[in-house]
Amino acid sequence: MIWNEKRECMSREEMRALQSERLIGLVHRVYNNVAFYRKKMDDMGVKPSDIHSIDDIVKLPFTYKTDLRDHYPFGLFAVPMKDIVRVHASSGTTGKPTTVGYTKNDIENWREVLARCLTMAGVSPDDVMQVSYGYGLFTGGLGVHYGAETVGCSVIPISGGNTRRQLQLMSDFGSTVLACTPSYALHLADALAEHGYSLADMKLKTGVFGAEPWTENMRLELEKKWGIKAYDIYGLSEIMGPGVANDCPFHTGLHISEDHFFPEIVHPDTKHPLPDGTEGELVFTTLTKEGIPLLRYNTRDLSTLNREKCDCGRTTVRMKKITSRSDDMLIIRGVNLFPSQIEHVLLEMGETSAHYMLYVDRDNNLDTLELQVEMDEGNLMETIRDLQMLSQKIQHALNSAIGLSVKVTLVEPKTITRSEGKAVRVVDNRKK
Amino acid sequence: MTIRQLSVFIENKTGHLNQILAVLARNNININALTVADSSDYGLIRMLVSNPEKAAEALRSEHFSVRIHEVLSIEMDAAPGSMSRIIDLLTAECISIEYVYAFSFGSKSILVIRTNNREKAIEVILANNLKPIHESDLKATV
Repeated sequence: MIWNEKRECMSREEMRALQSERLIGLVHRVYNNVAFYRKKMDDMGVKPSDIHSIDDIVKLPFTYKTDLRDHYPFGLFAVPMKDIVRVHASSGTTGKPTTVGYTKNDIENWREVLARCLTMAGVSPDDVMQVSYGYGLFTGGLGVHYGAETVGCSVIPISGGNTRRQLQLMSDFGSTVLACTPSYALHLADALAEHGYSLADMKLKTGVFGAEPWTENMRLELEKKWGIKAYDIYGLSEIMGPGVANDCPFHTGLHISEDHFFPEIVHPDTKHPLPDGTEGELVFTTLTKEGIPLLRYNTRDLSTLNREKCDCGRTTVRMKKITSRSDDMLIIRGVNLFPSQIEHVLLEMGETSAHYMLYVDRDNNLDTLELQVEMDEGNLMETIRDLQMLSQKIQHALNSAIGLSVKVTLVEPKTITRSEGKAVRVVDNRKK
Repeated sequence: MTIRQLSVFIENKTGHLNQILAVLARNNININALTVADSSDYGLIRMLVSNPEKAAEALRSEHFSVRIHEVLSIEMDAAPGSMSRIIDLLTAECISIEYVYAFSFGSKSILVIRTNNREKAIEVILANNLKPIHESDLKATV
């Protein structure tokens, strides 16, 4: 089934006309209401009147995650706070979160695009959906929740964690759809037997998994382990949250709701637009967003675009499933993490050196983090207890800065490999 | 009353202790006492050496994490119960011990101790006429 046939099956010409009209409106809004964009456009010598169609998007400035950070918390909002009805935030690069705001219309549009995504995954009002994404500042839980209600599912807002209860409610409530990160879905599958359940106790038939990059192989593994159909839902809080794109039963790329989120692919170094089919950085312009509209936001996710009509009947552009990024951002249990955040915490504490190596692993399908940090040559505690308190202190500081638990191991000075060129700060041993 | 002790951070890995000892050997530094405290991942080596400043500098230049701490040191009678007696005196004043080790130097039996209250511990030592050890007592005479 297709949720919004009018929008999802438009001809190319109709879509371009709609996108052009929306882009022109967007450019006027940001130029008039966001000082940051007005200055950027003035510096580039571009006026809203220079934008006549969607093709003119290449004249507009890019936006990066650092721009959101530099204007923390509400500097890029295009409407007064009285029109903002919701704020979400994700961890930023130097301790400050990245903040996004939604107007009533934004929330309506979010529900709409999510309803399209869930319908694409075969979800219907007959379904009982267990939403095991975290609820709160993270967009995952509440985002999918609203979309599932819009479709008409019976929603179980269980949020993340507590494996035993997840399985108990899945069995007792007869959940038919599970929404969570793919790694947590694998973890739950592997925990079935341990908690006294088998697949026969479950009515699950669909998985809507996202918030971290995962491969086609992992999708097939999840389908086999659970006996379900697994779908990839894509999104990021800067653009909207989950619901920017989703794959249909043909799994030939994720359909982007391009009437709301206009995608481009650009070269990672030159930032020049690349033709369809060529891999590069995925860039989005939020055509309809009111709270925090963004021009050409560079996601740093690597993908390709395909504008051919899909066998499912939809004409919306498809993006290749994301499996890698062009920067060093890690996604740990759905949480974004930049190595620079760790460096920041260590430098701020100043009790060790700032030389560290982060080991990422997957234990029982849950991401684990171990931080090895070098002791300072001239700054040593007198007792083992003091050293243990130091590791705990680093652990707590990291936890409050990045919201993840990290095992901290103190190591001797100059034992972490120094690299000749770009510093290698992360060893990611998770299976690809 | 207090002597300088060298603390060195060491990972629990084969050969690491000897890397430290080799640096001291190359620099002609004598070790009078050595003890290792350990956790599962790392340990602390505590040493009384012939030249703490030189040893610390040599180890730092070889990228070890080093620090010099002042610790209390007392000579004990070479007789059963003498260490117990000293600890008893500290306990009576509610002083607790963070770490302790003992060694022999020539004919002397020596206690090295770190308490949670150095000033009070010194008062106990003086009040009970315990015999403090100074760094000069640890110079090799032969």
